[in-house]
Amino acid sequence: MTILRSLIRKEALHIVRDRRTMVITLVMPVVLLLLFGFAISTEVNNVRTVVVVDRHNDQTRDIIECLQVNEYFSFVGLVADSDVERLLRDGDAEAALYLRTDVGLTSAHIVVDASNPTSAQAAAAYLQGLTEGDAKKIAVTYTLYNPQMKSAYNFVPGIMGMIFILICAIMTSVSIVSEKENGTMDLLLVSPVKPTTIIIGKLVPYFLLSCIILAIMLLMAYTVLGLPVSYTVMTVAALSLLYIILSLSIGLLVSALVSDQVSALIVSAVLFMLPVIMLSGMIFPIDNMPAALQWISCAIPARWYISAMRKLMIQRLEFSHVIREFAILGAMTAALLALALGKFRSNP
Amino acid sequence: MTAAIATEGLTKSYGSVKALDNVSLNIEPGELFGLIGPDGAGKSTLHRILATLLKPDAGKAAVLGLDVVRYYSQLRDRIGYMPERFSLYHDMTVMENLRFFASLFGVNIADSYPLIAPVFRQLSKFPDRMAGKLSGGMKQKLALSCALIHRPEILLLDEPTTGVDAVSRSEFWDMLGSLREKGITIVVSTSYMDEATRCGRIAVIDKGRVLAAGTPDALTRHMSGKLYNAVASDMFGLLTRLRKMPEITDCYTFGSTLHLITTGRFDPAGAIGYLKAEGIADARIYPATPGIEDIFIQLTRDD
Repeated sequence: MTILRSLIRKEALHIVRDRRTMVITLVMPVVLLLLFGFAISTEVNNVRTVVVVDRHNDQTRDIIECLQVNEYFSFVGLVADSDVERLLRDGDAEAALYLRTDVGLTSAHIVVDASNPTSAQAAAAYLQGLTEGDAKKIAVTYTLYNPQMKSAYNFVPGIMGMIFILICAIMTSVSIVSEKENGTMDLLLVSPVKPTTIIIGKLVPYFLLSCIILAIMLLMAYTVLGLPVSYTVMTVAALSLLYIILSLSIGLLVSALVSDQVSALIVSAVLFMLPVIMLSGMIFPIDNMPAALQWISCAIPARWYISAMRKLMIQRLEFSHVIREFAILGAMTAALLALALGKFRSNP
Repeated sequence: MTAAIATEGLTKSYGSVKALDNVSLNIEPGELFGLIGPDGAGKSTLHRILATLLKPDAGKAAVLGLDVVRYYSQLRDRIGYMPERFSLYHDMTVMENLRFFASLFGVNIADSYPLIAPVFRQLSKFPDRMAGKLSGGMKQKLALSCALIHRPEILLLDEPTTGVDAVSRSEFWDMLGSLREKGITIVVSTSYMDEATRCGRIAVIDKGRVLAAGTPDALTRHMSGKLYNAVASDMFGLLTRLRKMPEITDCYTFGSTLHLITTGRFDPAGAIGYLKAEGIADARIYPATPGIEDIFIQLTRDD
């Protein structure tokens, strides 16, 4: 026990003395959360809209009124047909709504500036919704779980999925490999200390560091970003701890496979970071991927973590809805840990 | 008395490269034994096998009578190992390093202090300096202190004097001498041939094979009387002509002179006369004391 304690103390000294890395690991999650929570947003607000009306009637007045009060639009004004093109071109308007009344029937034409397809799509959809209600085709949309469609909600699980891989996998693998590089690993191995103890001594400090980061991120998610607090918080924490252990195992495995710090960094980053960003559903929905990529995404732990986190944090579902994700992540952790420990023992 | 270290037919390959090829050595308790050879000769591999870090492909190695593969866990408390490049935690202070290694072996620094004191004394002036900020000589002393902290019976030092200034190197060998007097068996590898004379016995190693083993004196003895220095202003002309002489078995550049290995019938005066006739008027030939480097050159020539 005293040996393990001094191993942990030694590792803690490495972490604390490497000020720059420590500041980055603590500040990066906060910055990423704030960035994705506030600055980067896929929501479309205040679409500047002009309206062209050939004949006013009750319907057109209703629609214009709706436009004026709706926060998604900012109503620029009623303009003449001939001005629309200039307004769109100059960027004074992003969407134009033509309302034509023919034989008592009002039809709507929507023109949007599609130089930014995302906002154009959203604006067109909003406008359609606004005018279709009028055409007696009533389709009411409820946005469940995230009624305001806040993109921050969507990004919090994704960022957490990424951060833990980044910190646990990269930091653990680099720290183990650096000991291999400067020969101190040999000294640990020739001592009477068991390899398993050495490994635990390596993992515990990074586990604790990750717990601190987890606490910071959850605190931010539930306060600054305003995710609804619910009793699922405990499950969120439990799932995150499992995911942290999984990430640590990945770091351990990488360190057993490579022998210098640069390759540890590259392997961790390329093999684990990129798939997390591209294939985990963090940014690009998995359902939109080609079948082959969907299959590959099943092998990416972050996919299951993020999916479960969405269910827990946003949908606020009970534990029973994420059992599958828990089981998959648990099995992955066990397999990775066994593989990494086996590799580590057989290496020296 | 059993040997402190005994290896028999030790072989280890990395891919197609044979790092060790059938190495058999016997090292007696209390010996200061040197492994002499160039970089890549297999010295580190031998050290790593003896330190229980590496398993041999074939052959046996026993330290203190215990097989290194089977009884590795019993041996670890009794061996002190200092790898190439002083392996220390550079972001930890002198005392933190020492304390950490003491804790790994479950020993008290105070209990071991009498043993390490001669090595550690200079370091004790700045216990709070980061190990990474120490000079090469100081790092070497700290690494040795850490390797000695559990009072091992066998000390394995892999190139401990590489990257250290000449004064520190000499001091270091003095320390090894005093450790040997305390009964510790020391195996030290070096690529500095001149350090061989500081060892009790040496083994000359190249390309994984032991070329010769014995006391430095015994190894050089058979050469004495046969080795000569030769100098002239036209060194290249001297070399080509000397190589043609039948009484000279070998001739090679050695520092600023040529070393001649001769058969017993060599006559320096006659050779100078021959050289004069060949147009080299200022040649001088005089006896030389053979060193380990001469032995090494001879042994590797025979390949």
